[in-house]
Amino acid sequence: MPENRYENPGGSATPRPGQERYVAPVDEGGLGAVDAVRTDDAPTSLWRDAWLQMRSRWLFWVSAVIIVLVVIVAAFPGLFTTLSPRVCNLSQALEPPQPGHPFGFDRQGCDIYTRTIFGARASVVVGVLATTMVVVFGTAVGAIAGYYGKWFDTILSRMTDIFFAIPLVLAAIVIMSVTTNRTSFTVAFVLALFGWPQIARITRGTVLSVKNNEFVTAAKSLGMGRGRILWQHVLPNSAAPIIVYATVALGQFIVAEATLSFLGIGLPPSTVSWGGDISAAQGAIRTAPEILLYPAGGLALTVLGFMMMGDVVRDALDPKARKR
Amino acid sequence: MLWYLGRRLLQVIPVFLGATLLLYAMVFLRPGDPVAALGGERGLPESVQEQIRADYNLDQPFIVQYLLFLRGVVTLDFGVDFRGREITEVIANAFPVTIQLALMALVIEAVFGIGFGLFAGMRKGGIFDGTALVISLLFIAVPTFVVGFVMQIVVGVQLGWLPVSAGRDPDFVSLLMPALVLAAVSFAYVLRLTRTSVAENLSADYVRTARARGLNRSQVTGRHVLRNSLIPVVTFLGADIGALMSGAIITEGIFNINGVGGTLYDAIIRGESVTVVSLTTVLVLVYIGANLLVDLLYAALDPRIRYA
Amino acid sequence: MTTQFPVTNEGADGTTGPAPVDTSTPLLEIHDLEISFTTGSGEVQAVRGADLTVYPGQSVAIVGESGSGKSTTAAAIIDLLPGTGKITGGSIRFDGRELVGAPRAEKEALRGRAIGLVPQDPMSNLNPVWRIGTQVEEALKANGFKGSKADLRARVAEVLAEAGLPDAARRSRQYPHEFSGGMRQRALIGIGLAARPQLLIADEPTSALDVTVQRQILDHLEGMTRDLGTALLFITHDLGLAAERAEHLLVMFKGKVVESGPAREILADPRHPYTQRLVASAPSLASRRIQTAHVHGEESPELLAHHADEPPAAGPATVVETKNLSKVFQIRGPRPGSSTDFTAVDDVSFTLGRGRTLAIVGESGSGKSTVANMVLGLLEPTSGSVEFDGVDLASLNAKEAFAFRRRVQPVFQNPYGSLDPMFSIFRSIEEPLRLHSVGSAKEREARVRELLDMVSLPQSAMRRFPNELSGGQRQRIAIARALALKPEVIVLDEAVSALDVLVQAQVLDLLGDLQTELGLSYLFITHDLAVVRQIADDVVVMQNGKVVEQATTDEVFDSPREQYTRDLLAAIPGAGLVGDEIAG
Repeated sequence: MPENRYENPGGSATPRPGQERYVAPVDEGGLGAVDAVRTDDAPTSLWRDAWLQMRSRWLFWVSAVIIVLVVIVAAFPGLFTTLSPRVCNLSQALEPPQPGHPFGFDRQGCDIYTRTIFGARASVVVGVLATTMVVVFGTAVGAIAGYYGKWFDTILSRMTDIFFAIPLVLAAIVIMSVTTNRTSFTVAFVLALFGWPQIARITRGTVLSVKNNEFVTAAKSLGMGRGRILWQHVLPNSAAPIIVYATVALGQFIVAEATLSFLGIGLPPSTVSWGGDISAAQGAIRTAPEILLYPAGGLALTVLGFMMMGDVVRDALDPKARKR
Repeated sequence: MLWYLGRRLLQVIPVFLGATLLLYAMVFLRPGDPVAALGGERGLPESVQEQIRADYNLDQPFIVQYLLFLRGVVTLDFGVDFRGREITEVIANAFPVTIQLALMALVIEAVFGIGFGLFAGMRKGGIFDGTALVISLLFIAVPTFVVGFVMQIVVGVQLGWLPVSAGRDPDFVSLLMPALVLAAVSFAYVLRLTRTSVAENLSADYVRTARARGLNRSQVTGRHVLRNSLIPVVTFLGADIGALMSGAIITEGIFNINGVGGTLYDAIIRGESVTVVSLTTVLVLVYIGANLLVDLLYAALDPRIRYA
Repeated sequence: MTTQFPVTNEGADGTTGPAPVDTSTPLLEIHDLEISFTTGSGEVQAVRGADLTVYPGQSVAIVGESGSGKSTTAAAIIDLLPGTGKITGGSIRFDGRELVGAPRAEKEALRGRAIGLVPQDPMSNLNPVWRIGTQVEEALKANGFKGSKADLRARVAEVLAEAGLPDAARRSRQYPHEFSGGMRQRALIGIGLAARPQLLIADEPTSALDVTVQRQILDHLEGMTRDLGTALLFITHDLGLAAERAEHLLVMFKGKVVESGPAREILADPRHPYTQRLVASAPSLASRRIQTAHVHGEESPELLAHHADEPPAAGPATVVETKNLSKVFQIRGPRPGSSTDFTAVDDVSFTLGRGRTLAIVGESGSGKSTVANMVLGLLEPTSGSVEFDGVDLASLNAKEAFAFRRRVQPVFQNPYGSLDPMFSIFRSIEEPLRLHSVGSAKEREARVRELLDMVSLPQSAMRRFPNELSGGQRQRIAIARALALKPEVIVLDEAVSALDVLVQAQVLDLLGDLQTELGLSYLFITHDLAVVRQIADDVVVMQNGKVVEQATTDEVFDSPREQYTRDLLAAIPGAGLVGDEIAG
């Protein structure tokens, strides 16, 4: 028993004003169900929760519209223009906008609107290809390193460090400069080759924290194999940061592709691309700067769409916001 | 602390070896002969080609080539390029202006990124925050070269505030616009990182406790919120030194600066493989060094790391 | 303002004693306080019409479960409501001044100087990047300390020494991560009292600490506030603790004060139904083992029949036996290649009888969870053995080991981590059945429904996800999953420690019922001796990896042989009250 410090030990003396015994009236029977299960509304998984949260934000709809539009343009450019981006007439070079040619003509006399429409495909293809490769490879490396640990981790993490030590654009410039066969696939591959360490590090970190969860221990004590635990429990729970990063990375790869094409070592001039068109417009920058703005605008809008989507998805999947 | 430093230094060595081997292999282990491609359409006489191959150890097995190259890196003697210039001298000429450019960009992105980020994070969800977020996204979405051109046209040509290109021996003023352009993307990242970090720290328990013990708003902001928020930001800035130097390739091209980027681009166009590998190796070294610096900075800023 | 701020030694070491204060007018008067938070789905009222009076030098406790509004009320006093919280009505008068609607600067001036705070979690409430001494200095300087640098340093050491930190001058130069939880909490108490406030708000000041440390810190806090004449507002979830430490008591439930009055009176004669349940459920106050099947025997007979055909009584009386179990971990040192051995479990032997409950009790670092993991077969012993029905686990081949999993299942502490958030409840409970290829899809679904009935959850919960359930419900699901394969032994690793008192009592009841119905054996790992009394037959007390004492529950509680066990028992809040107030 602690020493008693009070003037009225045991509550025997009269309580002071404001501290009299008080018992609230029993109300609305809210006491009975201490711990009842909600049964009135639809069940919500975490993904549904995230979706409900995302769809209430205007930023989500803006970026979704941009992304869908860009993807449709990339897949079916013929829906938006009847002209061909490669049929150009030098005599029309640098002519201003006119009916049927809303953006005017570039230095080769090509229709800028048509080239801007057709340029979407190269960006989207390279971006999606590179992102897919990076996600598949980076997730695999990060998950194995984080989940199996020990020497797997030592070797894979060092390998990640090595690739991480070479800046993406620098490495891509060096490799592309010595690559003769330049296609969307090779550009995407080179970008992916030096782009995966980021995602591997993110995955490794997430897997490390997820694998300490008690539901993983519970699965182990059921006798579940390690591979199956990784696949069924650990990876799905590590997906959120990977998805967020992939959305942002897609935008970054599109910028990187444009940068390479701008330097003349990305996609060959025969492929219509925004980077290439910006590079071509560079020559007329003092006299007709506006022809640079159309492909640059397409590029910026696309990247902006993915970046904003990344922001929205991050907020919706944020574990901190979700916890309570 | 010393053990921590020692262990990090030891970890850097295999990374450096791996990265340089990777670069070397990518340039020299490819189909096609770099020497045969020299001398334009006609090519060089067979005897001259042989001579070049011998000079650059290209007739040796690949791994020997690499080891000889490595010896050059360690002794700071990269040999001569195809035009007979000392590569070490080429590097020494190229780096100062790029370092100056990168440091200017670093200061710009740190000052504005942290300043705006702090302001946005303190009032998360407000008008300034929303505007800052959209603007930062624009900076990330618009490629550096487009920002460069737009700046050239608007600030350089139409307003005439800053010189359009830098040229030889650029001074502070003529490097200002390239530095702004170079800093643009990183500025956006610094802003966003500071904002998130500040907003997170604002709701940290120790910030509440600091207020509970009677500290006023500016004391809490400065001593607790900002101090703790700066840890990830400073580490980002440290790592960015390396990224800025290699990112300068594009900026230097646009503004006609004769730095690392210009020299590297020149070497790539001319097929000077040895120069390309040497320059990129130095850049990788800077990058690795910057990352090492970040680790030390981290340990200095966050006492929990020191004995780890 | 009447706050005094002793800079010299006289006031600090208590030689002059507390200043005479007028104890007849209330120091703090809260009347009809309303607080609400703005969420995505509108306004949520967190506190509804709360009244509270504190006299100078008095100690008052607010008791409630999580979400009851007790911490919110406390935060409102010092104007530090989290997030979107705001006061929507009522008044808070401190020392005769109205605080609701007062200018910010005025409220800011009160913090630290007139009202101190000792926060809940010592781990997150000190800024990790500043030295402890610097954070004490801040508190002193912000509240009007005038003096030289040397004075300041001396005063910092004094503040820390008062709070019970040994070697305070040296300690003040250390960083928070170099302190243990108890030491950090002492530092926070020192900071809270540094400027000699008239009122100290202690928000669950010890719930994150080990029980024996808890007691020391509370004693110290009580002693200090008494010596300084500081009023103490004590926020806690533990009714026993509150009654033991406070003169006046408020019980809050769902944002309302449901009962208030003299502490012992409430404890001895709770009148509101909620308080009555709280008193009945508080493990620290319960003196007997929970009576299970007799009271709660209304479960459907079909369910019982299902298990009746299994022979729970068959087999030897001992299910699990550990012999000289040891586990040594290698801890990597700072230098390359250097490592030290850490013996987490040292020569532990015990037996778990069939159909019985064995509790392993210990504080953090005692090695109790490591033992649990070895019994579960998740961790290999360094030496010694775990025998299940007389068979050494180490001797099993892969197939036998897989089959063994069906006989022992765990339930873990954290109700938020023990279920995969991506799995629906159905999938979570069905997983063990599917993995061990039990029955057809239809049979499995029937079994899941049956299991949900057994843990008293509606079958409709099946399609829900863990994030939609409360902590207690998740723990029921975890129990249902553990039962799916009809195991003989369940390892309960702090399985009820994270739950609120009432929910904890419900889950303990459930566990008792299931044991009677299914003949289960429990290995109950816990730090809380109070709970042990409610559920266990036998107790193993562990400290630093070793078994300190081993006996039946009654023996341990009635006549503990070891000093450490006595310390643990004495640390149960309200332990003293049970004897002379409730039972007497």
